[in-house]
Amino acid sequence: MSGQSTHHGPGAAGHEAHMDPATARAAATLGIWTFLATEVLLFGGLFTAYVIFRIKYPQMFYEDHLKLNRVMGAVNTIVLICSSLTVALGIAAIRKGKVALLRFYLFLTLLLAATFLGIKYVEYMEKFSHGLSPGTDVFFSLYFMLTGLHGIHVLAGMIVLGTVLFLAGRGRYSESYHTPVEISGLYWHFVDLVWIYLFPLLYLVG
Amino acid sequence: MRESTGNGEQLQNGNASPRGYLEAKGFWSWAYTLDHKRIGVMYLYTTLFFFLAGGVFALLIRFKLMFPGQHIFTNQTYNVLFTMHGALMIFLFVIPAIPSGLGNFFIPLQIGARDVAFPRLNLMSYWVFVAGIVVILFSLGRPMDTGWTFYTPYSARTSADVTVLSFGIFLIGMSSILTGLNFLVTIHKLRAPGMTWHRMPLFIWSMYATSIIQVLATPVVGITFLLLAMERLFGVGFFDPTKGGDPILFQHFFWFYSHPVVYVMILPAMGIISEIIPAFSRKPIFGYKAIAYSSLAIAGFGFFVWGHHMFVTGMSATAAIIFSLLTYSVAIPTAIKVFNWLATMYRGSITFESPMLYALTFIFLFVVGGLTGMFLGALGADIHVHDTYFIVAHFHYTMVGGTVMGLLAGLHYWFPKMTGRMLSEKMARPSWLLIFIGFNVTFFTQFILGFEGMPRRYAEYPTQFQALNIVSTVGSWILATGILIMFANFVRGLFRGAPAPPNPWKVLSLEWQTGSPPPTENFEEIPTVTDWPYGYAGRQT
Repeated sequence: MSGQSTHHGPGAAGHEAHMDPATARAAATLGIWTFLATEVLLFGGLFTAYVIFRIKYPQMFYEDHLKLNRVMGAVNTIVLICSSLTVALGIAAIRKGKVALLRFYLFLTLLLAATFLGIKYVEYMEKFSHGLSPGTDVFFSLYFMLTGLHGIHVLAGMIVLGTVLFLAGRGRYSESYHTPVEISGLYWHFVDLVWIYLFPLLYLVG
Repeated sequence: MRESTGNGEQLQNGNASPRGYLEAKGFWSWAYTLDHKRIGVMYLYTTLFFFLAGGVFALLIRFKLMFPGQHIFTNQTYNVLFTMHGALMIFLFVIPAIPSGLGNFFIPLQIGARDVAFPRLNLMSYWVFVAGIVVILFSLGRPMDTGWTFYTPYSARTSADVTVLSFGIFLIGMSSILTGLNFLVTIHKLRAPGMTWHRMPLFIWSMYATSIIQVLATPVVGITFLLLAMERLFGVGFFDPTKGGDPILFQHFFWFYSHPVVYVMILPAMGIISEIIPAFSRKPIFGYKAIAYSSLAIAGFGFFVWGHHMFVTGMSATAAIIFSLLTYSVAIPTAIKVFNWLATMYRGSITFESPMLYALTFIFLFVVGGLTGMFLGALGADIHVHDTYFIVAHFHYTMVGGTVMGLLAGLHYWFPKMTGRMLSEKMARPSWLLIFIGFNVTFFTQFILGFEGMPRRYAEYPTQFQALNIVSTVGSWILATGILIMFANFVRGLFRGAPAPPNPWKVLSLEWQTGSPPPTENFEEIPTVTDWPYGYAGRQT
């Protein structure tokens, strides 16, 4: 058991015993940026496929994209941008030590994220009812893979932010220690940013 | 828990406690451990198990190839066997063995840290790795027969369970990404005071380059296998021409990862060689910066040469020429390393303990593998030998002659540090000799077979090739005997080996300045570094 106990710092969660707080914070920040780089590469494969197939089939992309619901896509874009704002406000709050405000903004973020997924669900159902599926053609393969993968990331982000919300309720974060809030916020901004690219690429081909 | 209280005298192994980090016993002390050393050891056991499993498949393949015609097992079984051999060896042994095994154990020790930056993430990536293995084992119900490259359209249609397998490989990839990320941050943020970038051991430089590749290339193979699984599950059409897709896109995606990943396999081995050569030549490493930066150069170039796997599968002449030129440019940093190792040995006081024997074997075999790689990078020659046994011989010279020899060099070199016990040189040397002879007999013949036109992956061959095939099979038995003796030596060393002193090879890098085996927290006091670790014969940077 010695291997374990040595690594649990006294009290403050997230600190590793073998690092001072400043190093731990720097390490976590570098870690999340590196992780986001891997995420860019993960989506990068799909974006590459998008470029190749759009050059190859401009007509298919134009005709297929008309079948997508632009209004819902636009509303979802606004919803996600708002959720990025609420996360940013939450981080600003905890930097001043306001835990209750952080929790309020995180709750709002989760609500917006759920709205996003709800609208996405309606869109998917609409596509399926018109007989459009991932196997229809390359455009819809791309549409479902890109938005599906993004949707999974939204879900993962909700779990992460939900955990932060829960831990904030237990008083884990303060003015001096809130690294997990910041790095999960960065992740959320990334998820938002991916959608900012997806919306014009898929919905606004014309 | 730190043993810095100075109570009582130190034991012969340099520790306050005789068993160091191995003190705690029991399943949970391993399964829940956050100690990078224990996680490294678990990776080593897991990967070496699959080394043996993959080796058994190889022996079966070689046995079958002694005789032309269908016998012993069916051609379909043969397809399954060579696929299993390739896939297990690549994904569960060659890629993770050195980085996740030895890297986990020695990166924090060599840079003077108490652990990696994210110990919990480290443990998680081990268990994600195990989860990936379990998923892959599930796919054995309908075992894969696609070859380890899983080319579409066959992989999208075969009745073998490629879908389940894809998720398994996705998990293995995730584990690889998390490990690479952990190492990058560890090397950036946790170096001991005074350890500037140019005072880092060269193993650290090569692990740094390796981690960059792991982090940037692996996500692409992740998405590739995801797309393959989706194609089988939902009819997603990226690789299906009837839906406007393109099977060659799969090859581009696949090799965009799988070529850089051969440098994930070889760079850590090169790092080990860079440690061993100066230590057993008793001379400062020649061209430290050249070796260090050539690791980064290999990682960089490595991202832009994937097309050389596809010269005959359809690409424009311009693209082929560019890929060929870039392929040649990888030879430059590689040669820089080899010449610097040779220059290090020049007029050194060389001793031939087993780590050095394996290191020299690495240089010799890897040069053969590298130079035959030049044949394959040449557009004309490649078309002649493409998909023949020449390729098989080439990549076994680099992967076995390179990576595995590097791993074995590292295992013999660091065994005393990891276990606190010495290996028997009396067993290590004959086993090395058998491995060396067996390897060359097995694979050099395959260069000739390939050049004469014997295609790879076929269960059958014309009778004119039988003589050399028999030679190659006999070679595989010699190789297997050598490996068995080597493992017997490991087992013997674990239980009956003589107690190891802290620094049996008299090496200057930090991992040797603590106990054998090291204490849980690695160092009683974090050392302050004032010089590079290669100042043998009193020469400083």
